[in-house]
Amino acid sequence: MTALLDMDQLLDQLESGLREQLKEREISNPVLVGIRTGGVWLADLLNRRLGLDGPFGELDISFYRDDFSRIGLNPRVLPSRLPFETEGRDIILIDDVIMSGRTIRAAMNELFDYGRPASIILATLIDMGARELPIQPDVVARKLSLAPHQRVKLRGPDPLHIEVRDTDH
Amino acid sequence: MTAYDPSAPSLQLTRDGQLKHFLTLDGLDRPLLTDILDTADSFIEVGERTIKNVPLLRGRTVVNLFFEASTRTRSTFELAAKRLSADVLNLDINTSATSKGESLSDTLLNLEAMASDMFVVRHSQSGAPHFIAESVTPGVAIINAGDGRHAHPTQAMLDMLTIRQHKHEFEGLRVAIVGDILHSRVARSQISALKTLGAKEVRVIAPATLLPTDVQSLGCNVEYDMTRGLEDIDVIIMLRLQRERMEGALLPSEREFYRLYGLSTEKLKLARPDAIVMHPGPINRGVEIESAVADGLQSVILNQVTNGIAIRMAVMSMAMSGQVAERSQAQSNALPKGINS
Repeated sequence: MTALLDMDQLLDQLESGLREQLKEREISNPVLVGIRTGGVWLADLLNRRLGLDGPFGELDISFYRDDFSRIGLNPRVLPSRLPFETEGRDIILIDDVIMSGRTIRAAMNELFDYGRPASIILATLIDMGARELPIQPDVVARKLSLAPHQRVKLRGPDPLHIEVRDTDH
Repeated sequence: MTAYDPSAPSLQLTRDGQLKHFLTLDGLDRPLLTDILDTADSFIEVGERTIKNVPLLRGRTVVNLFFEASTRTRSTFELAAKRLSADVLNLDINTSATSKGESLSDTLLNLEAMASDMFVVRHSQSGAPHFIAESVTPGVAIINAGDGRHAHPTQAMLDMLTIRQHKHEFEGLRVAIVGDILHSRVARSQISALKTLGAKEVRVIAPATLLPTDVQSLGCNVEYDMTRGLEDIDVIIMLRLQRERMEGALLPSEREFYRLYGLSTEKLKLARPDAIVMHPGPINRGVEIESAVADGLQSVILNQVTNGIAIRMAVMSMAMSGQVAERSQAQSNALPKGINS
């Protein structure tokens, strides 16, 4: 499993996939926004890899989750931080793992409360499948299919590595 | 009306220690108060966005139940609930059903029939929000917006948020609360919060006639002289002289009060040079504070108002969250054993 998930290789793939997307869409001045926590580490790395000048953004989607009526508020919520205007910008939204698609829906709802972006590209390190909403990433470094009780999570920030764990009791 | 029982702090907490009502700061520990301040920090960021609403309480109904007049507190609660996307109903009970003879319990039953999820209660009698929390339908959260002389916990927490923004931590801080302590539910809640959060000293400065008889039991130092009282102070909290609650001659005159206990530019120099000046409002300029001080560089009075919205958003969403948690716990306990394994 670890051989399949070499971090440098995954990051290379994410970077080249993004460069391709930007070129195809003729986007020259994008901003990166990472979803806390794993997505923020990736946004930090890719901001440097893509040679972007400005800062990247951090989203905490706790106030936008769709399961408040079932599990309540995340007690560890931190302020989101978008140190730039999003109105009219081309945004690259990054998360470590995509599964149901609910996190991305929440993140896009939150992003629109800052202004109306020109476009959003979605990039994730890992795609677990098991989608519950019609949301697909534009760039994925690796697709994984695990047993239903298994989850992956990006751990970090130093060193960045991927953890696969069982949710069974 | 009600004798509330301070030995039952669990009334406002779920079994695993989450907030489900917000009635008093007594019995809430430092981690919980810190959680409230941290959550409020996140809501401050929300208040700086183009669109200042988050969908947390979408589809829920918050009733502002004010049995006592208030402009600032009620409007910040209203704005806080709206920014959480709740539907808000403002009821000014002075001018409503109770004046037609309806009892508090009947008023509440009617409001519950409208499928309300939260009552924000202000009442002139101490303990009224406790009474309501004890009798309300499970799942409905009660927030105390000030009861009699007892407590005003959201005001105290927004003051703590303001202090933390300017002083960063509570350890080592010396805080003076000046003026009409006797009639102040704000002072009681502030003292409780400051003690829990670890302030080095809480000093109350007031004439003996404006101090409660049990002031020593609140765990603060008492000073009758403002010149001595302001020495080494990091935070000065001025209280409003509550003329509408004064019975009998507690004061010789307002001018005399201002001369002895008003915060003037001169007296402010007695505190530490980086001391901040706070006031819960509304201000009586020239009665407890000089205009130049209220509008001066050391004043953080308008920060307090902004922070009030964020603190109320935090408390409302946390209490609703506690109600949600308790309800789902009750539902899973109600399932026959063996089904959910």
